[in-house]
Amino acid sequence: MMASSYNAKEEDGHHSGSVGPGGAGAVKSRKPDNTAFKQQRLPAWQPILTAGTVLPAFFVIGLIFIPIGIGLFVTSNNIKEFEIDYTGMDPDSPCNMCINSTTPCRCSIPFTLEQPFENNVFMYYGLSNFYQNHRRYVKSRDDSQLNGDKSSLLYPSKECEPYRTRNGLPVAPCGAIANSLFNDTLELIYYYPNKSSMSIPLVKTGIAWWTDTHVKFRNPGGNNNLTAAFKGTTKPENWQNPVYELDPTNPENNGFVNEDFIVWMRTAALPTFRKLYRIIQKKKDNLTPTLPPGNYTLEITYNYPVISFDGHKRMILSTISWMGGKNPFLGIAYITVGSVCFFLGVVLLIIHHKFGNRNNNADIPN
Amino acid sequence: MRTSAPSLKASPAKSKKESKTRTVRANILYDRAKGEENPNRHYASNKIKTTKYTLLSFLPKNLFEQFHRFANVYFVFIALLNFVPVVNAFQPELALAPVVFILSVTAIKDLWEDYRRHRSDKEINHMDCLVYNRNERRYMEKYWKEVRVGDFIRLRCNEILPADVLLLSSSDPDGLCHIETATLDGETNLKQRQVVRSFIDLDCEFDPSKYNSVIECEKPNNDLNRFRGYIIHRSGRRDGLYKVNLLLRGCTIRNTEEAVGIVIYAGHETKAMLNNNGPRYKRSRLERQMNVDVFWCVIILLVMCLFSATGHGLWMFQYGDKRPVFDVLSPEGTGLSPVLSAIYLFLTMIIVFQVLIPISLFVSIEIVKICQVYFIHQDVDLYDEETDSHLQCRALNITEDLGQMQYIFSDKTGTLTDNKMVFRRCTVAGVEYSHDANAKRLAMYQEVDSEEEECTSHGGTLPRRESVGSHQSSKVVLRSHSTKSHRRTGSRAEAKRASILSKHTAFSSPMEKDITPDPQLMDKVNEGATQMEFMRFHSQPLSQLPSDLSDIIDFFIALTICNTVVVSSPNQPRQKVRMRFELKSPVKTIEDFIKRFTPSRLTSGSNSSSLSSLVTNRSSSNRGCSSILSSPSAESTLTKLNEERLQTGRGTSPGLLEHAFSPVPTTTVDGAKPWTLGEGELRYEAESPDEAALVYAARAYKCSLVGRLPDQVTMELPHLGKLSFELLHTIGFDSTRKRMSVVVRHPLTDQITVYTKGADSVVMDLIRPPTDDTKGKRQKKILYKTQHYLNLYAADGLRTLCIAKKVLSKEEYAGWLRRHLEAETAIHSREELLFESALRLETNLHLLGATGIEDRLQDGVPETIASLRKAGLQIWVLTGDKQETAINIAYACRLLEPEEELITLNAESQDACAMLLEESLRYIQAKFLCSSSAEQSATKTFQQQQQHFTPFRIPSPAATTSSSTAPFLVHRLGLVIDGRTLAYALDKSLEDKFLAVARSCRSVLCCRSTPLQKSMVVKLVRNKLKVMTLAIGDGANDVSMIQVADVGVGISGQEGMQAVMASDFALPRFRYLQKLLLVHGHWCYSRLANMILYFFYKNAMFVALIFWYQFYCGFSGSPMIDQWYLIFFNLMFSAFPQLITGTLDKDVSAETLQELPQLYMSGQNSEEYKPYMFWMNMIDAFYQSLICFFIPYFAYADSDVDLFTWGTPITTLALFTILLHLGIETKTWTWMNWASIAFSVILFFAVALGYNASCPTCYSPSNPYWTMQRLLGDPLFYLLCLVTPLAAVLPRYPTHLVLSAPGSSEPWGCVGGEERLVEGRCVYVLCLFAVFQILLQGVPGLSVPQPRPSRKATGQTPPRHPQEPPEFEQNEGGVTELAVWTQTFTFPIFWILPKRLWAEISTDHLHFHFLLLVLQQKAGETWRHQKLKGSRDTEQLPELQTSRKPHPSLWPENRE
Repeated sequence: MMASSYNAKEEDGHHSGSVGPGGAGAVKSRKPDNTAFKQQRLPAWQPILTAGTVLPAFFVIGLIFIPIGIGLFVTSNNIKEFEIDYTGMDPDSPCNMCINSTTPCRCSIPFTLEQPFENNVFMYYGLSNFYQNHRRYVKSRDDSQLNGDKSSLLYPSKECEPYRTRNGLPVAPCGAIANSLFNDTLELIYYYPNKSSMSIPLVKTGIAWWTDTHVKFRNPGGNNNLTAAFKGTTKPENWQNPVYELDPTNPENNGFVNEDFIVWMRTAALPTFRKLYRIIQKKKDNLTPTLPPGNYTLEITYNYPVISFDGHKRMILSTISWMGGKNPFLGIAYITVGSVCFFLGVVLLIIHHKFGNRNNNADIPN
Repeated sequence: MRTSAPSLKASPAKSKKESKTRTVRANILYDRAKGEENPNRHYASNKIKTTKYTLLSFLPKNLFEQFHRFANVYFVFIALLNFVPVVNAFQPELALAPVVFILSVTAIKDLWEDYRRHRSDKEINHMDCLVYNRNERRYMEKYWKEVRVGDFIRLRCNEILPADVLLLSSSDPDGLCHIETATLDGETNLKQRQVVRSFIDLDCEFDPSKYNSVIECEKPNNDLNRFRGYIIHRSGRRDGLYKVNLLLRGCTIRNTEEAVGIVIYAGHETKAMLNNNGPRYKRSRLERQMNVDVFWCVIILLVMCLFSATGHGLWMFQYGDKRPVFDVLSPEGTGLSPVLSAIYLFLTMIIVFQVLIPISLFVSIEIVKICQVYFIHQDVDLYDEETDSHLQCRALNITEDLGQMQYIFSDKTGTLTDNKMVFRRCTVAGVEYSHDANAKRLAMYQEVDSEEEECTSHGGTLPRRESVGSHQSSKVVLRSHSTKSHRRTGSRAEAKRASILSKHTAFSSPMEKDITPDPQLMDKVNEGATQMEFMRFHSQPLSQLPSDLSDIIDFFIALTICNTVVVSSPNQPRQKVRMRFELKSPVKTIEDFIKRFTPSRLTSGSNSSSLSSLVTNRSSSNRGCSSILSSPSAESTLTKLNEERLQTGRGTSPGLLEHAFSPVPTTTVDGAKPWTLGEGELRYEAESPDEAALVYAARAYKCSLVGRLPDQVTMELPHLGKLSFELLHTIGFDSTRKRMSVVVRHPLTDQITVYTKGADSVVMDLIRPPTDDTKGKRQKKILYKTQHYLNLYAADGLRTLCIAKKVLSKEEYAGWLRRHLEAETAIHSREELLFESALRLETNLHLLGATGIEDRLQDGVPETIASLRKAGLQIWVLTGDKQETAINIAYACRLLEPEEELITLNAESQDACAMLLEESLRYIQAKFLCSSSAEQSATKTFQQQQQHFTPFRIPSPAATTSSSTAPFLVHRLGLVIDGRTLAYALDKSLEDKFLAVARSCRSVLCCRSTPLQKSMVVKLVRNKLKVMTLAIGDGANDVSMIQVADVGVGISGQEGMQAVMASDFALPRFRYLQKLLLVHGHWCYSRLANMILYFFYKNAMFVALIFWYQFYCGFSGSPMIDQWYLIFFNLMFSAFPQLITGTLDKDVSAETLQELPQLYMSGQNSEEYKPYMFWMNMIDAFYQSLICFFIPYFAYADSDVDLFTWGTPITTLALFTILLHLGIETKTWTWMNWASIAFSVILFFAVALGYNASCPTCYSPSNPYWTMQRLLGDPLFYLLCLVTPLAAVLPRYPTHLVLSAPGSSEPWGCVGGEERLVEGRCVYVLCLFAVFQILLQGVPGLSVPQPRPSRKATGQTPPRHPQEPPEFEQNEGGVTELAVWTQTFTFPIFWILPKRLWAEISTDHLHFHFLLLVLQQKAGETWRHQKLKGSRDTEQLPELQTSRKPHPSLWPENRE
């Protein structure tokens, strides 16, 4: 056990010990400092749980949460939402014919809006049972290619395999996500009460995150002459058009910065999801609703196969509030938690009142 | 290896022995330049290197060492797995981060430690010493590291030895050299070393250049007490080398001007370094338990992975051949079969879920433990002002074991007592001298008045110091000294100074030094001395002295000289008083004359009989003969006596005659001070404290020891002046003989006299009263009386020693001497022969008297024992002392209570022991089981039996009044067992029975136990009862016990450092054990237990989030939590708060813990961390993760949220939840807790924001660019952050309320009406409980785990908890009504939950104990009193009375 004799600290001790009696007084005392920290006496708050502190806490939580919940619930209920499943699984559905068609197929589904949709109306397409969050699917992309990196354009990341090259040419954009881009086209036609129809203007831009369109996704060599920029690449297998011809109407909305493409590339968290498709901007006069009640037709160019994975396709029209789309759950959650707390508080109060009083009485000697 | 052979001329036994020995030759014979010729070149140099690594080897070696820990291998495996593309889950580099982090933290710690070692090595290596240089022909300064085997080293006083050196020359005329071995074994007394035999007689100074011998000795070994070898001179003569010739590295030279030696072992081959076996590693119980749960975590992990893999296979299978677009093909473009992808997925899941095995747990635990050790170190309450020492934690990793101790095994002497022996009383020749004044003086120590002391100490000590200078004044002072002393010495300041000095003066405190003599005895001493002087003056034979007076004189002579005390002068404590009286003293002894006038004897006599002389065969036999032959005749004695008389007659003034006889000037080596200078202040250094106590006692009677040389002891007697006894032999103390003897030639009678001092049990048996009538009768009477007094002393708790003498006739002596010398020179079994020789000598003794020495209890020992016992600790005392003394000390320190019944086991044989154990067991069982009447009879029979078996028994009043308090009595048993019986009882066949008896006794006392037995007892209890044991002791005899116990505690007290060296914790005093265990132990345990549980919870909760997600991503192993968060969550974001809480949290304040030692039981029963708690935490973790997963899930269901925009809030929620959870678990909030939590949150957001803004394209695949920034602008995110953590902890919070309601210490102490407050809380807690039950029931899928059936069966401590809630509530009396209400309210739940589990959950917990305790102790009495006074129906009375019974589980008796 000589270990300590040979470490410096002990050595000191011995030296001081051997100074002799004269030096004994000079030896520094090894007494520990009497500080609050070292003596573990830091001023501390001990949450003392008494009726006086716990009961109010419960009530306060209850009283805060319940109104918030009600507010959220009401807000959510005020949001108008309309949904059409156009998968065409039902044999009566107009789109049933398109299920097994290999060529582009168009179908139209009439529907009626009972209530007017005010303000900006958001048009979503929704997919069910589509596992966009599958691990290998999520990985199958090349962010630097999408960011306009030239070398990545021609030599995409290995993560894109097996959608990396096709016929010896690099795929742009590569990867499974891009390959499975949603390619149905949806159009809305409004039938005025006088039977005349109007195609509702759908805005294609502004549907993706600003940072995505401006920072994360960039076309190689800027936006000029995309055809040249994408020279030497090929389109993904499932695509009908190359990436620079995604939006024939707006040249700015082509290539990697195509917003439909960007929206698709933001992989959904859950297998049932919706993605923003178009925005129906509110009328400038603010008097007539964006979508007045009445009859509409959804015109679909049915391309996207979902049968293989038992999926469904939906079109969703929704207004939006400060808290996003229609979702009553959060309101309910708040109300529930608040109620539970409140209930606990009430129960405890009753108990406390009853038994606390009794104890007080008992204290008084008869 | 010993290749010196070719150049070896005079090595007779070469070939065979070479492999076993080392040959050392002087380096100076060989030129340094031609190193290869030097036969010593193969030996290790003196440079030491205790570092583990070099710059180059650090990385590989450290990594290699770290991979010995299984966890590290596991994590590296996982990180490497991530490099395999098919299964990888994260960026491979990132996945390496945690394991690299952990490894580097450990590596940095190791590096730092190594650097410290390196620095201290360097410091040591660069110390200076004098080495003989061949070219310069003188000693030159050199660094230690340059010293080599075979170098000659000159050592000066107070130098530290650089290597193991064979002593060749010493400035001491006797060829002695004193060393202090404090650094080796901590013993502060000096040890003598001898110059190698053949070098003693050198007349001139030793000249290295003439040295031409060869040394052959053992190879380096670590046995400090063994060294064998021989030195071969050029002449071919061989001399033996022994341990006494070797000076060990690390020791300090004392009392010796100069010594020269040759280096034998250097550097790492020195014995000191070979003994250097580094710190010990123990694994604490908590860690063992933790490892079980880590194992469970692995199981959970595998189950989860297996589940996911199966799920994935099925998910794949459902699509059949239709391959959906999101099921990405393999890189080769082919699809994977469901089975194969399930297998791949299994591996992926292991990577993803790896966090479940808490990688940082091990590191965190180490950090927390270091902090805990730091705080224990810093505790000012554990600092002892007197010795300027504080607690040392020598083992860093078992702090939490301190909180779980169940058995304490304590040494007695030095541990419970001070080991400061104080002479109390004595009996001489059958007359008892009670020393009342002395007792009074001792009593005064208890009530010290500091003011008085200060003035007296100033007035008392200082003038005395100044007044010395001449014989006369010193004598005057000496007289006043004893009367003054007792007042002066109470001074605390004095005590402190003495204790500071105690490093230099072993075993002496003022308390021991100053003894007030008994006036009666004093008179007799004076009378005897006067008579002797008279007789000497008149040349009468001394045998005419009345026998009682001669006994008294002999008694004091024995006290003074029968020891190994070394005398030193005060100013240079370590410098022995080094003059030789025969040369300088004016007083001539008979021996002087003989020596002067018979020169032939001078040399032989002087070196013959030193303490441990290892005389060679030839010279000793010479000496033996000469000493017999030269025995002086009667006439010569007479003439010498005349001379003597002349001298003493003149007293103190030196005269002509002295000058004639003292050719040497009277100045001493030390300087001009004459030897009498500090007569009253001579310091005695004894090997054991009782020796010193006796010498000081004798000094009080003016019989003072003034000098000790190897061959001579000088003492001063009143009137007679100085007498020098020729010391023929000293037969040292050993634990088998239990006595020591000196053989001296009495200067007055010239008889060869043996003085023996030893334990009464052995010495009394050796007394042989003379056969002739009157004397024999008298002796028998004395013997009888002495025995009587001895018993009295023992009953007073005094240590008793018997003093006896024996006069040997010359023939007897010659006969004995011959055989003794044979024994001494024997080569084989020398020890045994010497032992037998000693036995032959110590026979037919004549009893002189006996002494009683008090071993004072340390301060606060009874209180400490009482409180430790309240804490449920079983305290066993294992002592080497004899039974009576031990029992009395046990009573004094309240280990045994007077009302306790004592079972004494003293057996003579194995069978008797078995029978006794059987008997006791039956007796105890009878007490346990039978009705009171049966029990009483059993008691009686047992008492009879006991009286049969044991001569000594403490009357126990409780035994007779048993019936009413019967259940209590069972536990009020004390067991006393002696060493011999213990040996039988520890036999395999009896150990179970012994344990059964011992554990049903409240206290166990093992007397007369050897060190080995001590450790066997500890081992037995530890292994058989599966309990946590703590051994505490202070001496070398406790070392084995300390090493065996789970926690070894050493008292850094009087008996050196061996115990401390072996211990895990070293305390200055026994009483500090209380705070160490009750406060620090409890804290460390509860902190660490909570932290570990929290760790498991945290990891499980986090991982479960990902697990739930697997149901929504096709079990594809996709985490929605970004990999960065996933990896750094444990490592960074949530790491600090738990470390702070784990280090600083106090569940109960220190004051409360000490006031209510019962709280300690929570640790003993592992209540903070029971197996079910792990599962409760797991369930809670799963519940919380469900909340944290599904609230965002539903909030974002069917929305356009993307994977990581959804996963980031979940991460945030998880962080908030676990912080909130920690907040609930934290009982005391200091600013550091707040700061750490705030830091965690800020760190998370800062990292997240920075990370999400840093790079738009990196961090594939998650690429969370701008996610956090966007979330912070989303009201939904805040709404989630508010509701989710609250909902998650909603079940735990009420539970926590229930369990910890009165957890803090003060609330009831404040606003009056304590009991109401407490009761209100209790009511409150019960209600919460009820509500919680409903909630629990309401939560679907949340089932409470089944209780583990083994729990009750395993325990040696199955606490009798209140079995069911109703019963428990009745205990609270006032709460009954509520209980009924609660019961109806929660009726269904009571039946749903297993009742026992219910009871356990509710009562196991510390705070519930606390609640109940407080209820009983504070509220209960008054409240019930009021209740009774009130107009309540009287039917409740009996119930209330039963409720007064203490809660069964609160009492330590409630074991078994």
